[in-house]
Amino acid sequence: MKARVFVTLKRGVLDPQGKTVCASLHQLGYREVTDVRVGKYMDVTLGGLPRREAEQRLKSMCEKLLANTVIEDYRFEIYEE
Amino acid sequence: MKFGIVVFPGSNCDHDVYHVAKHVLGHEAAFLWHKDTSFAGVDCVVLPGGFAHGDYLRAGAIARFSPIMKSVEAFAARGGLVFGICNGFQVLTEAGLLPGALVRNAGLKYICRDVHLRVERQDTAYTSRIKQGTILKIPIGHGDGCYFAPEEVLKELEEKRQVVFRYCDEGGQVTAGSNPNGSLRAIAGICNARGNVLGMMPHPDRCAEDVLGNAQGRRIFDSIVYTWELARRNRI
Repeated sequence: MKARVFVTLKRGVLDPQGKTVCASLHQLGYREVTDVRVGKYMDVTLGGLPRREAEQRLKSMCEKLLANTVIEDYRFEIYEE
Repeated sequence: MKFGIVVFPGSNCDHDVYHVAKHVLGHEAAFLWHKDTSFAGVDCVVLPGGFAHGDYLRAGAIARFSPIMKSVEAFAARGGLVFGICNGFQVLTEAGLLPGALVRNAGLKYICRDVHLRVERQDTAYTSRIKQGTILKIPIGHGDGCYFAPEEVLKELEEKRQVVFRYCDEGGQVTAGSNPNGSLRAIAGICNARGNVLGMMPHPDRCAEDVLGNAQGRRIFDSIVYTWELARRNRI
């Protein structure tokens, strides 16, 4: 079983990296881009857990370590290989 | 007085703090390995600057789960002095010992230079020898030093006077230009409500003796010692 964990900065937290990438895209002619937010993606492999339990465990992992909920939001998708 | 300096893999200012405590102040100092679970006889725990655990994931995110942090939390809960400098400040926010978080500098670049700080209050263990309103020149060296907290937390910090240091210009004015990293409300250092835990991004350990061309950082360490001596006299 695998999970894709996405961690992104909360709305309201300045994302200078995203702003710089956005400006760079504009420079390259991609004028349609109105905003970019840079986040993190983690590929987590889990063993021997029923899906429901895996969801709870992942939530706990995100709250405790993978995201800092003062500044970041998270979401994850569980899938079978 | 005895300073205990926590050493995480990747700490790189642990020796600076040790040197200040032992050779500049003439007090006792001991390194505390991050895997230790206890420290006896320590009066002030310092979480030094550096890149604990490589700053992987987020600065301080892994370090806050090092075995020693349970003892540091218990020590802080008993009113013990816990002083986080730079990376140590980041660890303290990740551990929830101080509110808010430190995020990427607004200008994205790592900044290493002197900045000016305005001391916002004298009645803390860390500023007891520095008059409120004093301007200190102290260097910073960080890439993730932009202080962030939600609006309601910022309000509470101001109400409880937990902002101890603010970035300012040479004359003490807080301006956009004097804020090196985009920190909200120009926050450079805060303490907890009780005042025994303090975190700051600038490095007083890097300017605590004349031979370095600047000894203003020593005033913070002198304050810690002064506070400790007062407390000891009151106990006797």
